Amino acid sequence: MDNRNNRQDQFTDRGEVTGVRPGSEVVNTKTKAKEKTAVKQTVATLSEEEMDAAIVNRPKAKNVTPLANQKLTPKDIPVFEDTPERREKLELRKKRHFKRKLRDWGIFTGYLTPSLAGVLVFFFLPLLMLLKTSFQKSPTNSDFVGFRNYERVLTNEAFISASKNTLTFALISVPLAVVLALFIALLLNSGLPGKSLFRSFLLNPMMVPVASVVLIWQVFFSYNGVVNGITAQLFDDAEKIDWLKSSYAQIVIMLLFLWKNLGYNMVLFLAALNSIPHEILESAEIDGAGPVKRFFSIKLHYLSPTIFFVGIMSLINSFKIFREVYLLTGDYPFDNLYMLQHFMNNSFTHLDYSKLSAGAIVMCVVMVVIVGGLFFAESKFDSDVEE
Amino acid sequence: MDEIKRKQRRKEATLARRHIYVETKQPETFITSLSDEARENFFASEKKRIALNLRRRKIKKGIFTGIGVAAAIIISALALVPIFFTFLNSFMSSEEIVSNYQVVFQSMSGHASQGATYMSRTPVLKLIPEEVTIKQYTTLLFMNPEYLFKYWNSILLTLPIVAGQMVVACLASYSFARYRRKRREVLFFSYIILMLMPFQVTLVPNYMISDALGILNTIWAIILPGIFSTFAIFLLTKYMRQIPSGYIEAATLDGATEWQIFTNIALPLCKNAIFALTILLFIDYWNMVEQPLVLLTDVDKQPLSVFLSQINEPELGIAFAASSVYMIPPLLIFFWGEDYLVEGISRSGIK
Repeated sequence: MDNRNNRQDQFTDRGEVTGVRPGSEVVNTKTKAKEKTAVKQTVATLSEEEMDAAIVNRPKAKNVTPLANQKLTPKDIPVFEDTPERREKLELRKKRHFKRKLRDWGIFTGYLTPSLAGVLVFFFLPLLMLLKTSFQKSPTNSDFVGFRNYERVLTNEAFISASKNTLTFALISVPLAVVLALFIALLLNSGLPGKSLFRSFLLNPMMVPVASVVLIWQVFFSYNGVVNGITAQLFDDAEKIDWLKSSYAQIVIMLLFLWKNLGYNMVLFLAALNSIPHEILESAEIDGAGPVKRFFSIKLHYLSPTIFFVGIMSLINSFKIFREVYLLTGDYPFDNLYMLQHFMNNSFTHLDYSKLSAGAIVMCVVMVVIVGGLFFAESKFDSDVEE
Repeated sequence: MDEIKRKQRRKEATLARRHIYVETKQPETFITSLSDEARENFFASEKKRIALNLRRRKIKKGIFTGIGVAAAIIISALALVPIFFTFLNSFMSSEEIVSNYQVVFQSMSGHASQGATYMSRTPVLKLIPEEVTIKQYTTLLFMNPEYLFKYWNSILLTLPIVAGQMVVACLASYSFARYRRKRREVLFFSYIILMLMPFQVTLVPNYMISDALGILNTIWAIILPGIFSTFAIFLLTKYMRQIPSGYIEAATLDGATEWQIFTNIALPLCKNAIFALTILLFIDYWNMVEQPLVLLTDVDKQPLSVFLSQINEPELGIAFAASSVYMIPPLLIFFWGEDYLVEGISRSGIK
C-alpha cells in the first residue's frame, strides 16, 4: 500500500520519461525560482517599452516533456507574468496543495480525525499537564521548582526499588515467555495428533478475566494453601512457604504471567512456523540435516521477525501485570512485588501529585528509549531478512 | 555447408544403428557373482533387515509422539487447572466453602504478619465438592439483585468501549496504512508509546480532565478514554499494511472513491483481524479494574470485576459462583470465534 509515493522516484532514477506537463509539480518548483529572478531583473533594468517587447517576444513555453537527466535551457522554461489572474492561480494551487496534504493525513477525508482528536484530548493533553506539574511545587501551587521533584523521586527508595522490581520482572519473564512459547509451538508443530485441541486449551487462559482466577490462585499459593499442602504431603520435612509474602513472590507472579500469555505467543509462533517454505526444510532433511541443525539454521532465521514481535507484545503485557499483582496482594505487597504502578497509585492516594508526575515522566522517557530501541532493531532486522 | 553437416549426421546415425546390436559385457557386481540360491537368501535377509529398521523407526517415532502428547497434555492441564477448579468450586455449598477456605483467607486478608503463622497444622484442602449443589448460583442470581446490577454495569462499560474503539481504529488504521510519510511514522510511533503507557501514568491529569468535562463519576469517564485507546490501531495498521497495493491501485483506476476503497476492499480483507481484535478488546475491558476503582467512586456504578477483587470473608460463599458467572461471556465468545481469533492473531505477527 505504501509504494505509491516511491513510484515517481523510481522512474526518474531510471531516466525514463516522466510524463510531467509544465505547470505541474516537477517543473513548477524550478520555474518559481526562475520567475522571481526574471521579474526582478526586468523591473530593475528595463524601461516600459522594452518590458512590453520582452513580454511579446518572450520565448514560448514548449509543450514538451523534458527528459529527467536532460538539462533545461532557458528557452525551455516558460516565463510568466505577475498578473492578478496568475496570482489567483498560484493561490488556488497552494490551496490545492494544502488540501492534498490534509488528505494525506486523513484529516480532510475524516479517517484520522476522530482518533487524533480523542488522543489529543485524552492522552496528549494529560501528558502535557503531567510535564507541567512535574516542574511545579504542587498542581494548585504553580511555583516553578525546577528539577527538585525529579531529584526527590530519583532519590526516593520506594521509587528505586519499584523500578528495579519492574525491570527485573520484565527482564526475566519476557525472554522466558518467548522461549517457552517457541518451545511449545515447536512441540505442537511436530506432527502431534489433536494439535488444534491443544492450541485452544492453551489459548483458554488468555480469555479468562483475572478477577475470576485470583480467588483460586490465592487458594493455591497462600500460607495454608494447596501448594504447601502438597509439598507437606510429599516431603515430610518440607517447610511451609508463604508464597506471596516471601522472596518467591515474583516467581508466583511470573507463573501467572506465563499462564496468561503463553497461548497468545504460541499462536504467533505457530503461524510463523507454518509460513516457512516447506521445500527448504525438506531439501535440508534430504541433505542430512538433523532436527536441531534444521531449527538453528533455517527455522530460526525465518522466525526472527516474529520473535521480535512476540518480544514487544510480551513487554507490553509485562507492564500490564500490575493488575494481577494488585488483585492478589493489594496496595502494599511484599517488597519485591512493589511495582512502579503501585508507587504511582499510592502517591495518588496520598495526594503527592508532583512526585507522581515526575515519576511518571521518568517512566515515560525510559519506556520511549526501550521501545524505540526495540523498534529500530526490528526494522533493521527485517531489512536483513528480506535481503 | 548444409550438405556436409547432413552427411556427417547420416554417418553418425548409421554408426549408432550398427552399435545397438553390439552386445556389451555386463560388469561383474556383488549380486551377479552370487549363485541363484545365494541370491535368493541374500534378498530375503535384506528384506527382513529393512523391515526391522522400518519397525524400529516407527516405534521410535511413536515414543517421541507419545512423549510430545504427554508434554502437551501436561501443559494444557496446567493451563486449565485454575479455570476447572473455579468452576468445580462454584458447585460447593457455601458452608462447605467457608469451612474449607476460611483458613486460607484468614492468612490472606489484612493482618499480614500475624496471620501467616495463624495455623501450623498442614491444611488438607478439599478442592472437590462433597455434594453438588447449585445453591450458590441461586443465591447469586435470584436473592441478590446487587450482583446482577454489577454484571449489568460491566456490560454497560465494555460494549460501548469495544464498539467505539473498533470504529475509530478502523478509520485511523486505514489512514495510517494508506499514506506513509516520515512524519506520519513519528505519529504512529507516538501512538505505540501511548498504547504502552500504564493507566497510572496519566491518572491525575485524566482525573482533572474528566472533572473539567463534568463526567467524573459517570461511566463516560471510562468509556471516552477507552474509545480512543490506541491498541487496536497498532494491530490493525500492521494488518492493513499487508493488503497488496495492486488491489487499491486497480480500484482507483476503476474510479472508486476513497470511501469505496475503504468499505469494499480494506474492511472485507481485514475481517478476521477485526473479529480477533474485537474479542481481544472485549476481554481486556471486561477485565478492567483500576480505572473504575479510581474514576467511579460510586459503588453502585462499579463493575463486577472490582467487586471480585475485593471479596472478603462474609461473601466468600458465593465468590466462586460470581467468578464463574463472570468468566462465562468471554469463554463463550472465545468458543464462538476461536478460528477468527487464531487467524487474526497469527496474521498480525508474520511479515
